[in-house]
Amino acid sequence: MSKLLIENKQVVIPGDILAEGMDYLPASGTFREDDKIICSQVGLVSISGRLIKIIPLKGKYVPKKDDNVIGYVKDMTYSSWFIDVGYAYEASLTLKDATSEYIERGSNLSDYYAVGDIVLANITKVTKEKSVDLSMKGPGLRKLRGGKVIEITPYKVPRVVGKQGSMISMIKDSTGCTIFAGQNGRIWIKGDNPAQELLATRAIQLIDEKGHNPGMTEKIKQFLEKNAVKKEAKK
Amino acid sequence: MKYTERFDGRKPEELREMDAKVGVVKNAVGSAMFKIGKTVAIAAVYGPKDLFPKHLQNPKKGVLRCNYNMVAFSGAGDRVRPGPSRRSKEISMVTKNALEPALDLSPFPKTVVDVFVELIQTDAGTRCAGICAASLALADAGFKMKDLVCAVSGGVVGGMPVADVDYAEESFEGGSVDIPVAMMPRNGEITLLQLDGEVSKEDLLKAVDLAKKGCQDIYELQRKALREKYAKEETK
Repeated sequence: MSKLLIENKQVVIPGDILAEGMDYLPASGTFREDDKIICSQVGLVSISGRLIKIIPLKGKYVPKKDDNVIGYVKDMTYSSWFIDVGYAYEASLTLKDATSEYIERGSNLSDYYAVGDIVLANITKVTKEKSVDLSMKGPGLRKLRGGKVIEITPYKVPRVVGKQGSMISMIKDSTGCTIFAGQNGRIWIKGDNPAQELLATRAIQLIDEKGHNPGMTEKIKQFLEKNAVKKEAKK
Repeated sequence: MKYTERFDGRKPEELREMDAKVGVVKNAVGSAMFKIGKTVAIAAVYGPKDLFPKHLQNPKKGVLRCNYNMVAFSGAGDRVRPGPSRRSKEISMVTKNALEPALDLSPFPKTVVDVFVELIQTDAGTRCAGICAASLALADAGFKMKDLVCAVSGGVVGGMPVADVDYAEESFEGGSVDIPVAMMPRNGEITLLQLDGEVSKEDLLKAVDLAKKGCQDIYELQRKALREKYAKEETK
């Protein structure tokens, strides 16, 4: 008979025995040893049906296909750009995938993206050796002008976005900022004035710190309301 | 010369007082402090990051790189000469070898993960304290690990098998043997076994046994420290 030794959403650490018996299946962050399922990563347990997986709490970004990421242009050649997306090695953006515009022969490529630019790009391919290809063709993908980029733990990005974007649209609405959350933990914020940007930044940092608490949406709502009132009082 | 009672009054199997803390270096991806008696180790983990020269890269998995260092004021009064020495290079290597079996770096091919172990106060048993701190720091950094790695030295001092040899015992006039042991306690796999001195087979087995038992105590402490940090963060 299989036995579950932990509860859903419990904090676990490497070496914890999660379940005994063959009825449960190990998913990401866990492995099987004899008839036991063992945790291999610090995180929260998530049990869905027979699958046991770990939601990581920490760790660096690992590129995944179809992720939208925010990157910095680091270098360029005659036919491609190299973009830092937060992984150990830079991702490459080739001329073919760089823009939907027609690029004239012999034109200056830094007119399109120059070193130091910030771009919102899509990961089209990740090889086994983790070399990453990017594309800038797609809805919303573009060079990001102005605003600022903050970095949070990549695994907390789903919390910042919320269910069907509920959290991020709440922050957008109450601060009036334009916000893009890259899957690589970089978040681009652009508001009409620095105070708004700061409020959005602090709200997002709060989510980063307290990410997995229940009732986070309510807390952020209160936080935003409280600080918005203060701002009006000053005026 | 016979050694019947330990200098600090411990029982033969008793370890020195221990303490572990996770997340002590804010800049690092993961970090930990491990203290056993007067020996204090701090470990910080950085990476995965790019690795050059290129021939050091492994296209199948990430490379672990450890650096062990005793800081200048860490000894008992004599200044420790800073920088790499034959001894610190060897300990860096055994630390790496002790941690590697537990660590899974296959999601990060061609990269390097740096582990810096600094000993800020030393009273023997530094490589073991360093390994304990480093394994906690790696787990804190979110890397996949089969198990935590625990390490403590066994020894034979003046004919008596003991666990966790301190500096006074290590330099006992009647002769002493120091046997650092690192293991993954869940399945009992040993990842480090060194021996300094001359020892009979019976004594060796007894000393290793004592060290293994000591590792279990350290394991409990390490797990408590790691769990506490995250449990606290998540319910704050």
